[in-house]
Amino acid sequence: MPTQKTLAVTGNTMVAEAMRQCAPDVMAAYPITPQTTIVEEFAKYVANGRVHTEYVTVESEHSAMSACVGASAAGARVMTATSSQGLALMWEELHIASGMRLPIVMANANRALSAPINIHCDHSDIMGARDAGWIILFAEDAQEAYDNTIISVRIAEHPDVMLPVMSTLDGFITTHSIDRAQIMDDETVKAFVGEYKPENALLDTDNPVSHGNFAGLGGPYFEFKKAQRNAIDRSAAVITAVADEWSKICGRPFGNVEGWGMEDAELAIVAIGSTAGNARHVARELRAQGVRVGVLKVRVFRPFPFADIADALVGCKAVAVLDRAESFGAEGGPLFLEVRSALYDRDERPAMVNYIYGLGGSDVKLELMRQVYSDLSDLADGAQVPGRLVYLGTR
Amino acid sequence: MSTWDISKMSEWKAEDFPRGAVIPEAGNSKDYVTGGWRSERPYRDDAKCTQCLLCWIYCPDSAINVADEKVTTFNYDHCKGCGVCKNECPSDAIQMVPEGCELPGVK
Amino acid sequence: MATIKELSTREDRLSGGHRLCAGCGASIAVRQVMLGAGMTPIVAGCATGCLEVSTTIYPYSSWKTPFIHNAFENSAATVSGVESAFKGLQRAGKIPADKKMKFVAFGGDGGTYDIGLQSLSGAMERGHDMVYVCYDNGAYMNTGIQRSSATPLGAWATTAEVGKVGQGKPMRRKDLTSIIAAHNVPYVAQGSISEWKDLTQKAEKAFAVEGPAFLNVFAPCPRGWRIPYNKTVEIASLATKTAFWPLFEVEDGEWKMTTKRVTRENRLPIEEFLKPQGRFAHLFKPGNEALLASVQAEVDRNFDYVLKRCGL
Repeated sequence: MPTQKTLAVTGNTMVAEAMRQCAPDVMAAYPITPQTTIVEEFAKYVANGRVHTEYVTVESEHSAMSACVGASAAGARVMTATSSQGLALMWEELHIASGMRLPIVMANANRALSAPINIHCDHSDIMGARDAGWIILFAEDAQEAYDNTIISVRIAEHPDVMLPVMSTLDGFITTHSIDRAQIMDDETVKAFVGEYKPENALLDTDNPVSHGNFAGLGGPYFEFKKAQRNAIDRSAAVITAVADEWSKICGRPFGNVEGWGMEDAELAIVAIGSTAGNARHVARELRAQGVRVGVLKVRVFRPFPFADIADALVGCKAVAVLDRAESFGAEGGPLFLEVRSALYDRDERPAMVNYIYGLGGSDVKLELMRQVYSDLSDLADGAQVPGRLVYLGTR
Repeated sequence: MSTWDISKMSEWKAEDFPRGAVIPEAGNSKDYVTGGWRSERPYRDDAKCTQCLLCWIYCPDSAINVADEKVTTFNYDHCKGCGVCKNECPSDAIQMVPEGCELPGVK
Repeated sequence: MATIKELSTREDRLSGGHRLCAGCGASIAVRQVMLGAGMTPIVAGCATGCLEVSTTIYPYSSWKTPFIHNAFENSAATVSGVESAFKGLQRAGKIPADKKMKFVAFGGDGGTYDIGLQSLSGAMERGHDMVYVCYDNGAYMNTGIQRSSATPLGAWATTAEVGKVGQGKPMRRKDLTSIIAAHNVPYVAQGSISEWKDLTQKAEKAFAVEGPAFLNVFAPCPRGWRIPYNKTVEIASLATKTAFWPLFEVEDGEWKMTTKRVTRENRLPIEEFLKPQGRFAHLFKPGNEALLASVQAEVDRNFDYVLKRCGL
């Protein structure tokens, strides 16, 4: 019988607890603000014998993911966490992990990339890794960070998938703020994630295999990438199935995208992560005044839920896509480019504008959300788009 | 002979390959012939050979067969004709002879 | 201490059919080192480089053991992950507590002295039960003979060219074996493919010890050194006789010379090692006498350092 306890707890603590309950065989991790309390709390579990995990205090994030790759290929369930510069440092290893089809689960505390150095929240780190072949989930709050991390294990290890998964949460905003969240009992989580049954494990010395081989020199590299593409395409159905299963157990819904007021919204904000909460707060104000506004939160970013997003937005008159990351030189931030692309084939498309906001932890004040809805209202009345890309909240 | 049948690999589609580019059969390069690389081949004179086994331990290609603590034959599928064995033989028991017309099959 | 006959009964864990050059020193090094593991199951890893590329061209693998390649700078970290998985799974009861396995990471001097130094240092410091083997051929050979920090003073390399101004590598080699000895791991040794008995004994010790072990193995590259490909073992032997590559071990912090027959007095002049190699040809041109002398001085300085640490 699943039992849940309500806690006043940070997002990082919820992630650490989720990881403890998923019982990884190996965790190789390097501390970096604002992920640090995840690895510190896990170290406490290790010291108290609450987990059997081999905890490897590696000397850099590159070695963290390298050791995770070795451990996963060896046949272990592997989890880790990082952020920002650490994620950037292990960039080549991200591609290697997905190319080698290893079901590693990693939490990322979304944080701005240098330079200038900044430890606060934005999505530049995670967006910089969006092409690395990992499945990517974004949490809005501590509860989602917990639920996302648990389902990540089942998604990664699914035989139709076998890809690494990133479960991300906003740096400081979600990682460090005290929030209200429900934690499931250990036994239920353990039964849900089950045991990892590896294939081609290095430690199976009776059946020796070789991992990380050279498919260059006219070898079948292209075919392996196609197989990777097939796997991430298949993962969409797996994510839905696994999330539904967990939803029935915990009583909380999960959607690749989650809409508020989208049934009849004319003006909509599309956002990722904690900012969806800010947008929703202002949306409630406007709805009370009779304005038909909505908020569409993107919870699964890879594989990108093209159809769900297009379906949700197609009836709107004007849509603002909020990007907490830049793609310098592109005509819009990463989310905008993909959302716009998702609507390309539809006969009816809303007017769309991209706002770059909150970089380096810049405060997402409610007045900024009000400004966006006001711009959208003008847009819907036929005003010109204020420029394809608007920097929201800078001097 | 290996159990993993790669004879039709050039026709395999993406999903026919083992996941993640894993090679599921260790040591299967034994089936890959590198003997075609050489222009000289080693020949061992059993009468001069003292069975010191130095040639065996110095061969870069694991191409000297041993059985019951004695060298027996050269593995001509893999021997690249480098001549390290001849250079290191203390008894002058190995000669390098020019490779003839009967080259082994090359993949 | 195994005789060569006894070694010949052990499994040769590297299969033929790899694409390493004729006369390659790296595969000789791997074969001799793996013989030291005896019959215990081994999981091997290797850094990007000649050895890795030539032994795992899809769909062929020359490794009879389970094998993993990850990237260039991280074979130590990767194998430390495999070893950690073994420990974690044993603790979970999924692998029997009495099961024995050995873990070995290979890397060339490129992937070990330079780009791989951090990863190696971290793995050694963390105390993993693994062996790291560097096959030192003195340059980034796989990408075309570019200099590494293991390239000898005065040697030609494609990024330490010889011309009107430059005369090969202007800096001395890095002493990696001493660096790893300073990590206070249970076993560190310097060996060479020409001294098979010394190397296989060192490999046996490295695999037998509990905790990290490091083997630095001299593995000449005929292509990069510009020597005939039948001279690989002979040139390694000259490296020992000229004291260019002293053979020693550090067992629980105690330094020991393992080949006493080469001394300060009887070591051959370094010319014996340099003359047969095309990569040192410029050292014998008129005008380079001082450079040649400095190469000898550096060999003597290094040999003297090692001898002193060994109490000689």
